[in-house]
Formats: sequence, structure tokens, C-alpha cells
Amino acid sequence: MTLVFYVFAVWAVASALLCISRSNALSSALWLVSTMFALAAIFVILQAEFIAIIQVLVYAGAVMVLFLFVIMLLNLEVVPHDWRRWRGWVIGIGLAGVLGALLVPLGVYTPARLAREVSTMPGTVDPHLVFPEGDAMAAANVAYGAVGSVAQPLFQAYLIPFEITSVLLLAAVIGAVVLAKRKL
Amino acid sequence: MLLGPSLALSAVLFVLGVAGVLIRRNAIVVFMCVELMLNAVNLSFVALARLHGVSGQIMVFFVMTVAAAEAAVGLAIILAIFRHTQSVDLANINLLKG
Amino acid sequence: MIQLVWLAVLLPLIGAVLNGILAIRRPGAKTAVSVIGVGTLLGSFGVAVGTFTELLHAPVASFRVLLWQWLPVSDRFSVDLAFQVDHLSAVMLLVITGVGGLIHLFSVGYMRSDPGYARYFAYLNLFIVFMLVLVLGASLPVSYIGWEGVGLCSYLLIGFWYEVDTNSDAGKKAFLANRIGDFGVLIAMFLLWWSLGTLEYTGITMRAGAEFSIGSTMPLLIALFLFLGCTGKSAQIPLYVWLPDAMAGPTPVSALIHAATMVTAGVFLVVRTAAIFTLAPVALEVVAIVGALTAFFAASIGLRQYDIKKVLAYSTVSQLGYMFLGVGTGAFASGIFHLITHAFFKALLFLGAGSVIHSMHHALHHARSHADAQDMRNMGGLRRWMPWTFALMLLATLAIAGVPPFAGFFSKDEILAAAFARGTEQPIYLVCWALGLVAALMTAFYMARLVAMTFLGKYRGGDMSAAHLHEAPLMMTAPLVVLGALAVAGGLINLPHFAGGHAWLEHWLEPVTEVAAMVMKPLPELARSQEALLILLAITAAVAGLIGGYVLTSRTVIATPEHAAPERGLWRVLYHKFYVDELYQLVFVNPVMWVSRTALWQTVDAFLIDRIGVGGTARVAEGLGWLGSRLQNGQVAFYVAMFAVGAVLILRTLVR
Repeated sequence: MTLVFYVFAVWAVASALLCISRSNALSSALWLVSTMFALAAIFVILQAEFIAIIQVLVYAGAVMVLFLFVIMLLNLEVVPHDWRRWRGWVIGIGLAGVLGALLVPLGVYTPARLAREVSTMPGTVDPHLVFPEGDAMAAANVAYGAVGSVAQPLFQAYLIPFEITSVLLLAAVIGAVVLAKRKL
Repeated sequence: MLLGPSLALSAVLFVLGVAGVLIRRNAIVVFMCVELMLNAVNLSFVALARLHGVSGQIMVFFVMTVAAAEAAVGLAIILAIFRHTQSVDLANINLLKG
Repeated sequence: MIQLVWLAVLLPLIGAVLNGILAIRRPGAKTAVSVIGVGTLLGSFGVAVGTFTELLHAPVASFRVLLWQWLPVSDRFSVDLAFQVDHLSAVMLLVITGVGGLIHLFSVGYMRSDPGYARYFAYLNLFIVFMLVLVLGASLPVSYIGWEGVGLCSYLLIGFWYEVDTNSDAGKKAFLANRIGDFGVLIAMFLLWWSLGTLEYTGITMRAGAEFSIGSTMPLLIALFLFLGCTGKSAQIPLYVWLPDAMAGPTPVSALIHAATMVTAGVFLVVRTAAIFTLAPVALEVVAIVGALTAFFAASIGLRQYDIKKVLAYSTVSQLGYMFLGVGTGAFASGIFHLITHAFFKALLFLGAGSVIHSMHHALHHARSHADAQDMRNMGGLRRWMPWTFALMLLATLAIAGVPPFAGFFSKDEILAAAFARGTEQPIYLVCWALGLVAALMTAFYMARLVAMTFLGKYRGGDMSAAHLHEAPLMMTAPLVVLGALAVAGGLINLPHFAGGHAWLEHWLEPVTEVAAMVMKPLPELARSQEALLILLAITAAVAGLIGGYVLTSRTVIATPEHAAPERGLWRVLYHKFYVDELYQLVFVNPVMWVSRTALWQTVDAFLIDRIGVGGTARVAEGLGWLGSRLQNGQVAFYVAMFAVGAVLILRTLVR
């Protein structure tokens, strides 16, 4: 299992690197799709089967197809001067490096260490935040099934936010139509 | 439990996204890099959801919704800008200059 | 009728509102305006007569007519809008509505051709309203409404012909001088509330004796601040300067407001708060000295004025000084007595002067002459054309000069006798008495001069205008006749014992002055021979002044204003009114102007507030905005970089 995870991890990082380094926007988009497939696989390993399916359907499917449509519509395979000059490179790589230096060390965390740090935080600690040593998702999947375990809180605790997303989507639809249409 | 490796992978992908946003000038590619950053964050959510419960996955669900909406509106904006300036080069787009 | 006394106030108020509406909607409806203006006053006078007759037979001397609760501030302090009907306010009510009614009637003729006729009557009615509130008020705040209101009406009517700058300036001057006095009354009210806890006149009268000891500081302060208000309203030194300028208003206004009623409010107020004044003997002395000085000073200025109304104005100031001398001596009834008789004969003098001016104006207008219709040097010999006016003015002159048996003699003699009597114990009052006596001589002198220059000798206005001179219409002479009768017989209401009377007014006012009388030492009795000597002196002064004035004026050749030689010596000082206006200009006006212009306007306002304050904040905001606008360069990459920097900083604090 761990081996499979690392295979997909390397795949994801490589695809992402290619995605940001291809001059052709079309191939960038395709490498991004590849990254997303790798992530979907990792989601499955992390016991998030439903999210993995959605990732493939919505992200790799719908959203990226939208990107490809726009790229082809604008006929933008290669844009000259797509790269910033050396100053942009210095700033970009420098900031990304600092950010990476701060974030990548998070990899040292294990569930036990996280639970210890959270429980020793000053102030009152919510007992739910002190993670038990165990696999909560696995238990939930056994109890409700992969889809049921997501649906259970989605239609109960998170019902109102879920409904509000419909308003968000409606607004996005109207906005997209208004912006993209030549003449209303 | 793969918590540490997942977080590290998430961090690397996020940093790659940031680097892409900063060094590219094609608006669509920049946009794709933002999607990459969102995906990296999703990975963190999923990894922590495994410990804490399903709420993390719900969050991912919402992030995807927002990302889809954002893609629709963002691409429409890029389309409109392209119609206006015949370019998607961010260096040329500075209407917000104060 | 006593409980209905508010009708006397309400009727003119209705008149003022209706006339005000007419002034805006139908300025030409003069008949309606006259009927409303005079009618409401007649109704008011009827109420006054009814109130008075009821009070004559009433078992108690003072009634409180509560209209409504006005300022219920707390359990300890509440002011009611209430009227106090007692012997003092009833008399004042009669005088104000009576004389006011006559002057309203006169105005119908005098103002007939003025385009602002309706506005004039609206103001005049409103004035009566406030004046009645002033005298009827049961507490200082209620009186203060009237006190401020009459000041407002005075201002409006002085500047009635506001198209001419000097008129509106005169209005402003009156208003400002009065404000200084009003400030004093306000302070006095605060002090009274602070020390006695009441502002009702009856409460003040009752508690003052218990709370204050004679000669202590608090009543002295209160009395002096009240008196400051009186010097403003009643034109005493040092605030008298507005009254002569107030003659810019229409002449009936001068008669009503600036001679008969409003300016006597100060005297009224002193009598109303007599309980406070008697507890502060020093304040009473101040009142008497200021009164005597004003009487002397104003009379001397009146000697050398040429404007007929100016002479009368200084005469008014001088007579008001007499009243204050009276009340300052503790002879409160004498002060009120002189107030009443003065209202009669001074109203008559002003209305007579109004007739003369009306006629002169008419004549000069027809002759296309631009000569001043008020300058006595342009008049002369008017007796031929205006016999009625002449006769009545002569009566009033004899009255004001103090020739027995006319009204002025008794009232003035009483005041001088009181001052002399008090002077046998306190020498300072002897000085006041002497000043008063000399002022009486000068009064007779300038009045004789006025009559001689106006009515006797030869007409100096030119033959062209002489043809158009005429007697005033009946509408104007009728009130004069009534006032003439009052000026002759007015003395009867307080005929002293030696003349076979019963001093009715003095006894009538006893309920008002008894508390003061208990505190004060009674006036020393004068011996019969002393009294006779005083009367002889007074009569001598009056007759000598009259004869001197007549002889001196008729002997000299009077040049018209354009040919007049410049004044010399003492005459010049008197002609320029002792240069008091110039002195005030130098001492008060100029420094205030300098502080306002240089210090306040240019430094504080223009520089500190505008440049540093307003301009400075704007410049700071502009600078900050410029800095902020540097951040908005429109480059997405820049924004993203900034966002990344922010993210790094946040992570630096979160991740350890």
C-alpha cells in the first residue's frame, strides 16, 4: 500500500512539474489532468473513494474540459513571452522555496504526534480534536459505505451550506453567461 | 497511516502551484496553477479526514464546488479580456493600476 | 375675569398671527389689518379693565393663574407657565393695553401709506403679547420670555425700514446692547435658583428675607446682575447708547416701545424683585446713583440735539433715570407712579412729534425738498398749521417739566422728595437729589427749546413746502387728545396729602411693596417747611428752565442745517453726546473687531482650522492615498507575490 502511494506521489509531482514548465498551454492542461488522476488514486488509498470519483468526474472531467475548450477556442497553444524575466523567476522561485521550506517539514507528522501537540495546546481543547490512534474513515466506510459515510453529514450537519452552494453555482452560471456573451 | 507523506506531498504540490503562478504570464496557465494549489489543499483535507472523521471530505466537496464555479466565471473573464485585448498575457492586463 | 387674564395675551397673539398671515398673503388689505390690529388691542384693554375692577373688590391682593406646567424638571425644580395678577401687574396691564391701544389707533393714520402696513401691525401686536407676558409672568423665566420677546420686537421695529442700512444697524445695536443686559438677568436667575431654590416671585419674596441677611454678598450679586439687565432694557448708563439710535424706527414705535412700555420694564423688574434689592442696600445705592447720573447726563445731551426725536429719546433716558432714582431710594411706588405718568406724557410727546414729522414729511415731499423732516432747524412756526398738536404738545411739555398741577410734577416731586429725605441720613442720596434737581431744570429747558423751535417763530422750511403743511387727520389727533387728558389728570391717581389727595397708588401698591418696606428703614419724615421748600425749588427749577429755554431759543437766529455754523466749546461736546459712541467704538468695538479679524478669523479660522486642520487632514489622506496607490500597479503577478509573502508571514507565526 505504501509503495503504491509513493508511486502515485512521484507521478503527481512529476506531472505537476511538467504542467508548470510546458510552454504549450494545451500540454500544461493535459499534465494537470494527469496530476489529478494521480491524486484521485491517492484519495482512494486514503479511504476517500467517493471524493476520488468526484475528482475524476468533476475536476479531471468537467473543469479541465472547460479549460481545454477555452484554450482551443482562443487558439493559444503557444504564447510568445509566456515566461517572466529573470526578476520574476527570482521572486517566484524564492517565495516558493521559502513556502516549501515552511510547509514540507509538515511531513514529519504522525497521528500520535499530532494528537500530542493538539492536546498540549494552551486553553481549552475540544476533545474531538484529540485524534484517537485509529482509522476513523475505515470505520465509517464499514458502517455506512463509501458514499453513505459522506452523505450522512452532508445532508444533516452540513445541509444549509450544501443548499447555499446551489446559490453560488447559480450565481456562477449567470456570471459566466453575462461575461462570456458578446451581446446580451 | 501515511499522514506525514500525504502532508508533504500536499506541500510540494502547493509550492509547485505557487511557483507556477509566479513565473508564468499566460492567464490560463496561471489559472491552472491555482487549480493545482486547490488540489494540494484537498489532499491535506482528505489525509486529515482519515483521522478525524468525514467532515474533511465534506470540506473537499465544497472546495470542488467553489473551484468549478470559479473556473466557469474565471474562464469567462479571460474570454472577455481576450476579446478586448486579443491577448491573455497578464503583463498587458493592468486596468486596475491605481 | 382674573382667571381669564390670559385672554388679554391671547387676543393680540391672534392679531399678530392673523396680521402676519395677511402681511405675507395680502399686504394690501389695510382695512382688515387695522380692524384686527386695533380690535384685538381693544379687546385686550377690555380684559384689563375687567381684571382691574375685579381686583378692586377682591378679598386677596394676589392671584396666580396657572396655564400649564412648562418645565417640570424635577421634584425640586419645575417652572409653570403661570400669570401673577396682583396690584402691580394689574396697573401695568392697564397702562400697556390702554396706551398701547391709543398708539395702535394713531398708527392707523400714521402708517396708512406704508407698504409694510400689515407687517407693522403684526410686529406691534406681537410686542404687546410679549410685554404682557413680561409684566404678568408669575416667575422670572416666564417674565424672561417676555423680556426677550420685547427685545426681539424692538429689534424688528427699529429696523422696520430695513432697506436703509443705518436703520438695520440701529436695530442690531439695540439687540446687542440688550443681550449684555439679558446675560445679567440670566446669571441672576441662576444665582437665585442656586441660593433660594425658586424662581417664582412670591417664593423669592417669601424666602429672601429668611435666607439672606441684610447686606450679605449673595443678594448684592443677584441685585447687581438684575440691574445690569435693567440698564440694558431701560437704557441706563452704561448701556443707554442704543435708545437714541432706536429712533430710526417709526415714530409710534418710539412712543410705544421706546418711551411708554418696554424701556420701563427694568423699573418694573426692580419693583418685582424689591425683596432682593432691599436686602442689598449697596445695590439700591448703585441703582439710585446710576439713575441720577443717567437723568443728569442724558438731559444735558438733550440740550443740544436738533433731531426732534433724538431730543425726546434723551429725554426718555433721563426720565427713566428718575424712575431708577425713585426705586433706588426705596420709594418703589413713586418709581411706578412716574412710570405711569411718563407713559402718558411721553407717549403724547412722541405722537405729537409723529404728527409734526408726518406733516413735515408730506410738505417737504411735495416741495421736492430733501431736507430732513425730523430736524427742528427746518421747522418753526408750525403752531399756525397744527393748533391741536401744538396745544397738546404744550400740555405734555408742562407735564414733563414738572409744572403743577400736571401729572409729571407730582411724580417727579415725590421722587426728589424721597431722595432728599433719604439724603438726610445717607449723604450720597443728597448728591442724587441735587443731580435730579439740575436734571429737572435741564428737562424744562430742552422741552421749552423743542416747543419754541418747532411751533414758535417763523417757518424755516421754505415757502414751497409751507403750502402743504396741515393738521394731522382725526384718527391721529383723537389719541393725542385722550393722552393729553391723561397727562393733565394722571397725577390724580397718586395725589399727595398736602394737595388734598390720598396717595391712592401708594396704598394700592402696598401689598407688593410691604415685604420691602418691612426690611427697609422707612423714609424719614420731612418737616412741613422742608417739604414746602422742596416743592418750591422744584417749581422754580421747572419754571426757570421753561423760561430760559424759551427766551434763549427765541432770541437766537436759527440757521437751517446746511447753513449752520459748527458747534463750539461745551455745546460741541453736548452736540456730539459727550463722544460716548466714539469712546465705545474705541474701547469695545475696535478691540473686538481686531480680535475677531486678526486673531480669530485670520489666525484661528483661516490658518489653524482651514490650512492646518482641514487642509492638513486632506493632505495626510492624500499622501496615504498616494502610498496606497503605489500598491495597486495592476500586475496580477505582483498581487500574487504579495499574497505569497503574506502567506509566508502567517505560516511563520503558526508553524514552529
